[in-house]
Amino acid sequence: MGSPVVVDNLTVTAGSATLVDALSFTIRPGEVLALIGESGSGKTTTALALMGYARRGCRISGGTVRIGDVEVLSLNARQLRAVRGRTVAYVAQSAAASFDPSRSILDQVVEPACLHGTSRRAEAELKAIALFRELALPEPETIGQRYPHQVSGGQLQRLMAAMALITDPDVVILDEPTTALDVTTQVEVLRAFKRVVRERQVTGVYVSHDLAVVAQMADHILVLRDGRMQELAATEPLLATPQNEYTKSLLAAARPKPRNVVEASNADLLLRVRGLSAGYGPRTSQGLASTMILENIDLDLKRGQAIGVIGESGSGKTTLARVVAGLLAPCAGTVEFDGHPLEPALERRSREELRRIQIVFQSADTALNPSHTVERILARPLQFYKGLQGEALRARIDELLDLVKLPRILADRLPSGLSGGQKQRVSLARALAAEPELILCDEVTSALDTVVAAAVLDLMAELRRALGVSYLFISHDLHTVRAVCDEIVVMRHGRKLAQVARADYERGPHHPYYEELARAVPELRRGWLDELDRQAPAVAA
Amino acid sequence: MASITTSAAFVRTSSPSWLTRLSHFGVSGWIGLAIVAFWALAAIFGPALLSRTGAAGGGAVFGPMSAAHWLGTDYLGRDMLARVIEGARYTVGVAFIATLLASGTGTLLALFAAASSRWTDGALSRTLDTLTSIPSKMFALLMVAGFGSSVPMLITTAAIIYVPGAFRMARALAININALDYVIVARTRGEGKGYVMLREILPNIAGPMLADLGLRFVYVVLLLASMSFLGLGVQPPAADWGSLVRENIGALAVGGASVIAPSVAIASLTIAVNLVIDNLPGRVARERGAR
Repeated sequence: MGSPVVVDNLTVTAGSATLVDALSFTIRPGEVLALIGESGSGKTTTALALMGYARRGCRISGGTVRIGDVEVLSLNARQLRAVRGRTVAYVAQSAAASFDPSRSILDQVVEPACLHGTSRRAEAELKAIALFRELALPEPETIGQRYPHQVSGGQLQRLMAAMALITDPDVVILDEPTTALDVTTQVEVLRAFKRVVRERQVTGVYVSHDLAVVAQMADHILVLRDGRMQELAATEPLLATPQNEYTKSLLAAARPKPRNVVEASNADLLLRVRGLSAGYGPRTSQGLASTMILENIDLDLKRGQAIGVIGESGSGKTTLARVVAGLLAPCAGTVEFDGHPLEPALERRSREELRRIQIVFQSADTALNPSHTVERILARPLQFYKGLQGEALRARIDELLDLVKLPRILADRLPSGLSGGQKQRVSLARALAAEPELILCDEVTSALDTVVAAAVLDLMAELRRALGVSYLFISHDLHTVRAVCDEIVVMRHGRKLAQVARADYERGPHHPYYEELARAVPELRRGWLDELDRQAPAVAA
Repeated sequence: MASITTSAAFVRTSSPSWLTRLSHFGVSGWIGLAIVAFWALAAIFGPALLSRTGAAGGGAVFGPMSAAHWLGTDYLGRDMLARVIEGARYTVGVAFIATLLASGTGTLLALFAAASSRWTDGALSRTLDTLTSIPSKMFALLMVAGFGSSVPMLITTAAIIYVPGAFRMARALAININALDYVIVARTRGEGKGYVMLREILPNIAGPMLADLGLRFVYVVLLLASMSFLGLGVQPPAADWGSLVRENIGALAVGGASVIAPSVAIASLTIAVNLVIDNLPGRVARERGAR
């Protein structure tokens, strides 16, 4: 049985900035509270403060946190160590970064129990195996012998939950535990989390920016913005009748609406892919790569059209973009652009061909050179393709910034001084600077918060209308793809399974895998996960 | 102050914003810069300002510090201050140019290797690995035996010896950067190898490479000192600081200033160079959150 958590006037500061501003809330034992907000809203800082922990440079400067009878903020370092992992346990976002790659999983899962002396090693191991079973992990008896790189991301996330639960903590903090997973995996992990939380009656704090996910897990939702509480209410009333303006905008962003429809039916063919196969590693005698990723892909993209490519990680969708961009030479098949075959290798394509196809990546952090200012990043393609200089160059940079709705003063900033959404807009502006006809978008909104992602999608739809560019839009999120694309290509294991036109989105029946993907996208209402369980109990196993 | 900052040649004067960069220096950075500038000035103008040259002997052997001889006298009774200041030319000049050459060449080769095909990378790496496998002292002795001992030869030898180390370091950094999305974007734009090397990768490995340069500078000073110790470095009567330590090693027994002074000079220069490098506002500093 969990303990009640009472937080009163919690304040966390970093220098002169206030990250969490006088936050007060109560969680009843056995209930789950969700902290929701965009990045920088202070949700993780709040969650960490519940364990009496502040990240480097931050300070818990006021307020009280009571867990059961323990006043967490008044404990000294030694007492805190006794509480952490024992009374309060934490499950971090990236399990891959949280496991030690050089030790076996079981070793690490039983560590909290041994460290806190709650049980002997042998007992702890038995308990871990029981937890593995409870979390629906495959081969619960032996999975512990493996090393972190030998299991999948979704499994690792559940293993980390097992590590947190092994000491029977009173409170579990789940910090964006499914954000890095693709939809089908996310459903499995959510299902497992929900079951253990319910069965053990543990008090939970669930940190996320995804309202639909939170709706499945939480009893109450606390909306945070800039460290201040916007709204705190039970899940159902908050979703049905939000009181706060910000909550309303979050809810609106979580239900992506279809963007504009551009009629491209009579337009000419821009990209024609036939019988494409590609892979990595040395070539075999038949001219195939030793690890084949794509097999026999056909794809037609008309001028001005947006085609979405969806599939889970490892389905080959990014490889498809890399082949079109010329980064990977295909083993077989052809890629034609505007009626002319494209050279397989980047070096042999003409500058004009390169200009017409641009690529935008998922992680804006690595897509922008950290030592170049925004101005320099945007100037380069203009100089390179168009030879612009001086006044004309400056004017064009300003135009581009306006186009992606960034203030002009940002031109002098380095990427480190931009937010995630701003970086993604700069990436987009850099692609637009070349005045391309086709933009390959590789998971462009996956790393962004819901509200920011919705704004970027709006922008992309608008640019398409205004400039007539085509998109090959790669994503694992069906909602996103449906919102901006005219057609959806479903990929799995390197093969194209189905192609669905916008008009047929709602009409079925589609390929079973498309249906599965569509089902796996969490819906913004309570009880969706339970219904899913009832519909398809076999999938849970 | 202007003359001091301009003489600090290794602050990248090519960048128009180098003056603003200097304004980010912390106190320790300014101290380092002042010491480096002092030695640079001493090397350039020092000998002209002295009333006697280091070659003029005649005083007491291993004399203590006095009003006449501020740093005492050496094993031939020569003025130590004059000897140290004249030695600055060799140590600051030879060691500094050799380090710049080694780090510069190593970094450029590494950038080339990272931006080129696997085959070129492999060939370059193995060639430089071969060079690493020759013991550095042995190689230096070989060079001296072959070409005689002269200042240009010393610079070349020291540079060649330390290229592979700088190459290894820079290549490890550059290969990671080379795989990042912004380099791929530059490639798909059709950028040439030169642009990718110098504009996309170099600025992002400059911070660690400068730190490496500071370390390598110390190695070069020590190599030159040990060469001089063997009598194969700078030839008498000229002497770098390393040779000054060797010449006056006899003063250790009597606690003379003549062995301490050049040692302190070596220490002060190496510490100062590293202080300056640590204060350069590189990528590392930015990531730490400095503005």
